[in-house]
Amino acid sequence: MGILVYAEHDNSTIKGATLNVVTAAAKIGGDITVLVAGKGCGAAAEAAAKIAGVSKVLVADNDAYGHQLAENVADLVAELGKGYSHILIPATTTGKNFAPRVAALLDAEQISEIITVESADTFKRPIYAGNAIATVQSSDSVKVITVRATGFDAAAAEGGSASVEAVDVAKDAGVSSFVSEELAKSDRPELTAAKVVISGGRGMQNGDNFEMLYKVADKLGAAVGASRAAVDAGFVPNDMQVGQTGKIVAPQLYIAIGISGAIQHLAGMKDSKVIVAINKDEEAPIFQVADYGLVADLFDAVPELEKQI
Amino acid sequence: MKVLVPIKRVVDYNVKVRVKADNTGVDLANVKMAMNPFCEIAVEEAVRLKEKGVVTEIIAVTVGSKAAQEQLRTAMALGADRSILIETEEDAQPLAIAKALKAIVEKEQPQLVILGKQAIDGDNSQTGQMLAALTGMAQGTFASEVVVEGDKVKVTREVDGGFQTVELKLPAVVTTDLRLNEPRYASLPNIMKAKKKPLDTVSGADLGVDFAPRTKTLKVEAPAARSAGIKVASVEELVSKLKNEAKVI
Ligand SMILES: Cc1cc2nc3c(=O)[nH]c(=O)nc-3n(C[C@H](O)[C@H](O)[C@H](O)COP(=O)(O)OP(=O)(O)OC[C@H]3O[C@@H](n4cnc5c(N)ncnc54)[C@H](O)[C@@H]3O)c2cc1C
Ligand SMILES: Nc1ncnc2c1ncn2[C@@H]1O[C@H](COP(=O)(O)O)[C@@H](O)[C@H]1O
Repeated sequence: MGILVYAEHDNSTIKGATLNVVTAAAKIGGDITVLVAGKGCGAAAEAAAKIAGVSKVLVADNDAYGHQLAENVADLVAELGKGYSHILIPATTTGKNFAPRVAALLDAEQISEIITVESADTFKRPIYAGNAIATVQSSDSVKVITVRATGFDAAAAEGGSASVEAVDVAKDAGVSSFVSEELAKSDRPELTAAKVVISGGRGMQNGDNFEMLYKVADKLGAAVGASRAAVDAGFVPNDMQVGQTGKIVAPQLYIAIGISGAIQHLAGMKDSKVIVAINKDEEAPIFQVADYGLVADLFDAVPELEKQI
Repeated sequence: MKVLVPIKRVVDYNVKVRVKADNTGVDLANVKMAMNPFCEIAVEEAVRLKEKGVVTEIIAVTVGSKAAQEQLRTAMALGADRSILIETEEDAQPLAIAKALKAIVEKEQPQLVILGKQAIDGDNSQTGQMLAALTGMAQGTFASEVVVEGDKVKVTREVDGGFQTVELKLPAVVTTDLRLNEPRYASLPNIMKAKKKPLDTVSGADLGVDFAPRTKTLKVEAPAARSAGIKVASVEELVSKLKNEAKVI
């Protein structure tokens, strides 16, 4: 048996979360095969072959997988996955979209968003917005698992020399098609990969005021995030939401500006190494998790912060 | 067309749950329960499609104990026409729930099944995708916009980098994200009317689904607590601490 890791990629490069999943696979133990499914994804496959600890890369290069449509990708992964003891998939929106389909096709109960590997069949995962951590044991013969990247270090992207093998399996379920996408372009680091994250909440009042956070972010090489309230109010796009139902981040430094600290927000950032909160309400729950709290009006404090760093 | 809306009874989102002292689970005694927020969004979307004349009938369904009738009544107060309780006392997992829902799909033949993207208790985010796989339906998960056009539905999805739009053949499964709509509140007259709407109960066993979980929960613990931090008096002090004490900038 062995472990099949699904690579998240953009056809030319491997996305960071994949490296954390490889580490989770190494903790389980066994030969690690990485599957790269896409269209024109040869470069991504070459990159996957260099990841330390990977013994084989399978490339499924076909129109059907070009936009990672769940119906097609799940059929592919379920078919290839039968021969493995574990199928590990990054808990990104791409992974979460198709992984449960794979599990259902294999009649397995998926284990979502593991944060530790206790043994080959036992894992820890947060439930109730991270207010509880469950240790679960799977009895399924093929274990379908999504991996929360913040739970595992990244495997080295270089150093491996896996063999690369093409798989000629074209699965087009024919029920869905890609229409368009609108992807945010930013020169700042990706939220889930950044060492520093600065997030704004409803206290920011409008989208223009986020400019203050971008300035601080650019000085610190940080990514910018937001609370749900800031997204719902239209200050910033949805892909900036941090929390239980948004992105999970665990940077070296998380700075929460004008965010009250609802449990759903904390669920997405409370594993950060150092947490800073700036809020004018000294009772705000965010201060209960903050290492450094500053009770201040953000419109004074943030420009001052920008000056001093 | 008919729409099926599977909903779940969960701990109210405002409740901060506590782990039981014996580490067998979280303490649900005397805790406020509610419809999963993403399911409220699912019901709302179905109601809006009915108001637009696209949908003719909305059926709410849940897998759970008798207590979950309360959430079915809420769904009917919000606009569902009738509802089905698939009764089980087991702590059913998404795979078994999806199998039970499949039986209802086969019987009712809905053109659209709208679920929440995630139940806020188990945080699984699995059921919709599993149901889609078991029925061979297309899926549009994490939806922020749903447009039915003839025998197809266009779904705009919230993805990590922004948005993706896909077109699905009906029948299809949609799961809701936060920005799809803002659910209405049930009015008192509608709450009264909902009491008279049909609520059928079928036993889970009669559907031939085994609800016993295959994934064993060995223990449930509280997360590691963060040690209390300090309040700083000024931005200057903050920057100095971050540089010299925490050494993160
Ligand atoms: C199903 C569900 C899922 C959810 N998922 C998420 C999620 O993933 N992520 C998430 O973040 N939330 C999520 N939420 C929402 C969450 O419950 C809170 O509503 C939200 O996090 C609040 O955002 P906020 O802190 O920005 O706003 P508020 O709670 O309104 O807080 C604003 C804060 O700004 C402070 N402030 C105002 N003006 C100033 C000023 N001038 N200077 C300094 N401070 C100021 C205030 O004191 C206050 O503390 C979810 C909710 C539900 C029901
Ligand atoms: N017991 C249940 N009965 C009916 N629908 C459910 C049940 N559990 C989950 N669902 C549906 O599936 C969605 C996602 O739940 P989950 O996969 O558990 O995160 C929920 O928002 C509901 O729409």
